[in-house]
Formats: sequence, structure tokens, C-alpha cells
Amino acid sequence: MIAYRPRDVVDFAIIGAGAAGGVVAKELAAAGFSVVLLEQGPNFTEKDYSHDERKFMFDRVLTNNHRQQPNTFRVTDKEKAVVQPAVGYGRQVGGGTVHFTGNYWRLHPGDFNERSRWGAVPGANLSDWPITYEELEPYYTKAEQELGISGLGGANPFDGPRSRPYPLPPMPAKGSGVLFDRAAKKLGLHSFPAPLAILSQPYRGRGACANCGFCEGFGCEMRAKSSTAVTVIPAALRTGRCELRTGAVVSQIETDALGRVTGVVYFDARKASIRQRAKAVVVCANGAETPRLLLLSKSARFPHGLANGHGVVGKNLMWDTGMLAMGLFEQPLNEYKGVQVTRVLHDYYDSDGKRGFFGGGGIDARFDWYPMGFALDGLPKDVPRWGSGFKSFVGEAFTRTMSLCGHTTCLPVEGNRIDLDPAQKDAWGLPALRATFKNHPDDLKTLRFVLDRQLEILAAAGARRVWSDEVKDVAFSVHLMGTCRMGNDPRTSVVNRDHQAHEVPNLFLVDGSSFVTSGRQQPTCTIQALAYRASEKMVAWARRA
Amino acid sequence: MKVSRRELALIGVWARAEAAQSSPSFRFFDAASAREIEAIASAIIPSGDSPGAREAGVIHFIDRALETFDRDQRPLYQRGLAQAQTLRRRLFPASRDLASLNSADLIRLMETLEKESAEFFEAVRVHTIMGFFADPSYGGNRDQVGWRHIGLTTGHHFTAPFGYYDAPEAE
Ligand SMILES: Cc1cc2nc3c(=O)[nH]c(=O)nc-3n(C[C@H](O)[C@H](O)[C@H](O)COP(=O)(O)OP(=O)(O)OC[C@H]3O[C@@H](n4cnc5c(N)ncnc54)[C@H](O)[C@@H]3O)c2cc1C
Ligand code: SF4
Repeated sequence: MIAYRPRDVVDFAIIGAGAAGGVVAKELAAAGFSVVLLEQGPNFTEKDYSHDERKFMFDRVLTNNHRQQPNTFRVTDKEKAVVQPAVGYGRQVGGGTVHFTGNYWRLHPGDFNERSRWGAVPGANLSDWPITYEELEPYYTKAEQELGISGLGGANPFDGPRSRPYPLPPMPAKGSGVLFDRAAKKLGLHSFPAPLAILSQPYRGRGACANCGFCEGFGCEMRAKSSTAVTVIPAALRTGRCELRTGAVVSQIETDALGRVTGVVYFDARKASIRQRAKAVVVCANGAETPRLLLLSKSARFPHGLANGHGVVGKNLMWDTGMLAMGLFEQPLNEYKGVQVTRVLHDYYDSDGKRGFFGGGGIDARFDWYPMGFALDGLPKDVPRWGSGFKSFVGEAFTRTMSLCGHTTCLPVEGNRIDLDPAQKDAWGLPALRATFKNHPDDLKTLRFVLDRQLEILAAAGARRVWSDEVKDVAFSVHLMGTCRMGNDPRTSVVNRDHQAHEVPNLFLVDGSSFVTSGRQQPTCTIQALAYRASEKMVAWARRA
Repeated sequence: MKVSRRELALIGVWARAEAAQSSPSFRFFDAASAREIEAIASAIIPSGDSPGAREAGVIHFIDRALETFDRDQRPLYQRGLAQAQTLRRRLFPASRDLASLNSADLIRLMETLEKESAEFFEAVRVHTIMGFFADPSYGGNRDQVGWRHIGLTTGHHFTAPFGYYDAPEAE
């Protein structure tokens, strides 16, 4: 791997080697630019992974550690935020693509102009995207082909047109998928094979999924999950122009008197502060850490934080909204084997004026419980929490349960935001991330509506018993969107349609923070399509500059 | 009969050797508190038709947890066990320890403990369930009895059909 010196002025410094950062690093390095890719987490390989539920689910090996990097949370501005885990993300090379479920949905064409199609929603900051589905389509295709996505093009009647089929056939339906298909048919709904960032067959030097089952929340020991850690990041390093630095916690983006970015400051693994100079900076630190970093990067020129002249940075935070419903069946499904999800439906995806509220959702059939999690959190509320009744229910239900997961609209609300906590600090002495979040009332109505559809489908599938949680405001999220939204108007958005900060020409922001609306969750496919598109724009910009 | 110090020491060695034979030694617990915590765990996942927390050796998982990743819960266990003993003396004044309560009395005690020492109860409940299902290398889930109980087969490679409904004959 090439090594640059901190005083070398590299073409691009990229912050965050996750879903977007990995793609950007590969594209820029392949186009001939010198790149330093900075990642706060470690670089794991398949040798570091195992099926140890206690270690990976309870010690948060692969995700942000709230002891080191606490966040604070409050529902509204009236309260004092308290330390309470509210944002979760993958914290290593590959970011959230290492341990994610791999659901890889494109947005629908109609997701890009919901504001024009439905009008304003009171209390929400609903806007159109500055780009269209047609503009993004080639980059969706590029992401699918380059990263290795399984699916069946055309099987979802609500999807937009696609220029190429998926490079790999879909994974076969598991028991949950078979029951879901059956119920959908009965109800006149359109289930289709889940598009997944998981290889159903060998592809570009990686092997096919072995159905090991320890997938969501775990790293893939087979390299079959198409994370950026096993796809584009190794490709970026092979160009000989990209240097990856891990254990690098970026604390500041520096600017000169003209308001142009000059480089980044980070703590290395020994907590020494290092300044890397760069001609341009790309922030790919995700929808929570990207706005935090901008707010940390105050200067005389940018007293309210970098690129925050209009106070938009951090606002319009959108979260992972959707509920799980469980169904218990007569016979064993053994859903703990195989990938989590094999079937999806989008019949309730778009808004519908007749419902009386804004929003909709997709539903997938899945099982994302492991033994401890299921026994501790997955059971119906009226099953005893201990004793012989508990023991016998868990014994019967683990192999006979499947879940339907709803993925629903989270409306952008200006007051929902990421900013800096005035008191709490992280292990590096930096102000902690503070999240303020309360769902728009329509989000809760959407949750209720979609949950009722989930319960209907489970009943139609023949479940003996169904259960779910209560509908309530979301207080923890792994989908982090909207906090540096893209747009044409510098007063209401942070980056332009090419992901360039309105206020800083050599600063680009590309990740979940760019989203204008939430779609129906599953943001990663769109994050990566945006990253391919943004990279092309950055290459053109850099060649001009 | 007066027992010499040397004999006492020998009895101690035998007792430890006997304990070691049936299971590895404890690192955090002393033998008495291990027995008491094990009694609580055995009420959370009872034995019966199939092995429970006791047969799974969950107590060894808990011992390891308190020695390593949940070391910060030691004071909670110490305080909680003392509360459980106070409760036992209140409910069953003639009893000697938790381990010798009959199962009906133990359940009664647990129901009260769940309300009165909720934090401790929850800690032992979580540890017992974790220990029952954790990788056996942590000391519990001996012979994979936890996984067997729920029908989980371990493996790194599975071939469809996985269950009843995705098998071709299910149609
Ligand atoms: C359990 C789980 C399941 C999920 N399942 C799905 C799914 O099925 N489908 C889907 O679409 N999405 C899913 N997601 C969400 C998905 O992981 C994220 O949407 C996606 O990874 C976000 O991409 P990103 O590029 O915005 O940021 P990330 O992938 O989060 O990458 C950001 C990177 O930046 C690094 N970073 C942050 N701050 C700094 C700093 N100051 N200095 C240096 N480095 C920094 C982080 O460590 C991280 O590696 C799931 C998430 C979780 C946790
Ligand atoms: S289920 Fe497949 S993709 Fe997922 S971790 Fe196991 S082998 Fe990898």
C-alpha cells in the first residue's frame, strides 16, 4: 500500500470507509487521483469473525461503542438530553455494510418528487430531491454490478425501469418466504425475491453464500456479503494510489481564510493529533457523524460549523422507522439458517390520499433473531419471562417463528436533528453527538397501518399465534439520513445536486446525510448509487480545478 | 473427636478435588455462593423433561462473566445475594440456604425477589439465559444442551430446504 506523508497535499482526503466512502475511494483512485482514506475503526477480515452471539451482539465489536463514543438523546428541545444509545452504525473498514442485513432496495421513481406529487405535509419539511430516478438509474446499475447484488429484475411491479438485470439470481425462498408468497397470493399482493447485497453464486473472485445464518449483525466468514471491505476498498488499494489509515478519528476539517478546505486533523491509534493536507475533502462518515464533524469544525469564517451558514447542518434527521411482527407456525421453519430475508412486498409503499395520512411502507419476511436475543426480547409479552413456561415456549418457538418487518416512511422534520452536546464528551475529549428526535404524527399512523397489514399477512400465512410490539416513537436507529440534505437552494440544503457543499467548493458530503426523504428505509443501495454518481462529478470537478 | 489441622486441610483438598471432578473450579464465586446463584438460575431455566440451567453449567458462564466482560456487576451480585438471603429468612425462617429450598418454595421466593430486588433478579435472569445459549466455550450450554433444547444445529454451511415449508413435499 502506498504511504503518503501528512504534509503531502493529496488530491482527496476521504473521511469514513463505509458504504459510501469505500465506493468514493475506489472511483477517485481508479480515476488517477491520490487518496487518503481515514477510518476510525479497525480493519477486520473474515478471520476475525465467528458465530459468537455474546461477543458480536452484546459487546458491539462491529458497531460504535457507546462507552467510548457516547451520544445523548432527547425527544424534544424542552428536555435535557441524557446519555442513552440512540444511533448505531458499523464502525470499521466497510462501515455498516459489514454487518448489515443486505436488503438492497432501489428507491422508486416517485420517491424523488413526493413533495410535488402530494403537496406540503404540515409539520414536515418534505421536499423533492434535486435529482430524478432516471438520473440515478445508471449508478444503481453500476452499484449492483460492481458490488455484486442478487435479485430478480422486473419481479417487483412497483419498481422503476432498470437498464440491466441483477448480476446474480435471487436467493431461494426460505420457509418464511414460501409462507409469505402463499399469503400474498391469497391477499392479491405482489411478493418478490429480495434484492440482497449477498452473493447467490460465486462472483468476481468471491464465493457464494453458505447459508450459515449468522448474517445480520455479524461479519461474513465466507466473504459472500458484498460489503465495501471485500469489494471496492481492496480495489481502491490495488490502484496503488489510495492509502487506508485505520484507527484514525477525525476531529476537525480545516479551512483557510478564503473558506476553502485545506485538510483534516485526526487522532491516530495512540491519540496523537495528525494533520493531513488535501486539495479536497470528502466526508462519508454517515448521517450522524458527518454533521457532527461539520459542527466540530468551527472557525472564524464558519462560526456555526463548516458549511453551516444557514443553520441547516444536522437538521431533518430521519430514522429507521418500522416494526417487527412475529408469527408462530405449526411446523419447524428453521429460519435461523440462511440469509435473513428472502421475500419482500411493496404494495403499500406509496402514499395513498385515501388513508388520511402521508406515508407508506414495504414489508419483508425474515428471521433476525439469535437464541439469546429471541429468548430475552423476542417472545410475546404474556409468555412468562422465566420458569418452566418460559423454557417450554422458547423450546417450541425458536424453530417455528418467523417475522415480518415493516419499513416505513420517516418524514423529515426540521427539529429532529444531530448537534453537539453542551456537556458530554467522548473518549477523545470531543463534544458528544446529541440526537433530538420525535416522529411526525403521520409516521406513527403509517407504522400502525403497515403493522396491521403485517398481522393480516401472518394470519393469511396460517400463523397459530402472532405478536408484536406497541407502536411508539423511534428512539434508536441504524438508518441515519437527511442531516446534510442535497438541494438547489443554499438556504435550505447543505450540498448541491453534485454533493458539493454550497458554501465550500472543495468539500463534498456523500452518505446517508445527503438524503432528502427516507424512501421506505433500506438506504444503502441509494447511498452507494449516489456515491458512484458523486464520484463522477468530483472527478470532473477535480480535472477542471 | 478432635480433628487435626492437617486433617482439616486434607478434607479441604478432597472437597475441592471432588468439586473439580464434576466441573471446573470457580474464579469469582466461592463454593457456597456458587451453589446459591445456581439455585436461582435453576428456577429461571428449570430442569425437568430436559436439561436446565443446572445441567448446562450456567453457573460457570456467570462466574466467567463476573470475572471478565461483566466484571462491573460484581457488587450487584454481592448485594443481591445478601438481599435474597434476607428474603429467604423472612419467608422461610427454618430454611438453611436457597439451594435446599424445595421447588415450590424457591418459585415463591423468586416471585418476590423479582419485585423486591428487580435489578439483581434481572441480572441473573439475563446471565442465565445467555449462559444457556452462549457458545459452550464460555462454560455454560454444556454439550450444547441449550441449543438442543431449541432445535438449533450448529454449522457454517446449510443446504436448503431448511424446514418443513420450503421442502418440495410441503406444497
Ligand atoms: C444491524 C444493521 C442492519 C442493517 N441492515 C440494512 C439493510 O438491510 N439495508 C440497508 O440499506 N441498510 C441497512 N443498515 C444500515 C446501513 O448499514 C447504513 O445505512 C449504511 O452503512 C450507511 O452508509 P454510510 O456510507 O452513510 O455510512 P457508514 O456505512 O456508517 O460509514 C461511515 C464510516 O465512517 C466512519 N466514521 C464516522 N465518523 C468518523 C470520524 N470522525 N473519523 C473517521 N471515521 C469516521 C465510521 O466508523 C464508518 O465506518 C443496517 C444497519 C445495521 C446496524
Ligand atoms: S448467511 Fe451467507 S452471506 Fe450471511 S454471513 Fe452467512 S455465508 Fe455470509
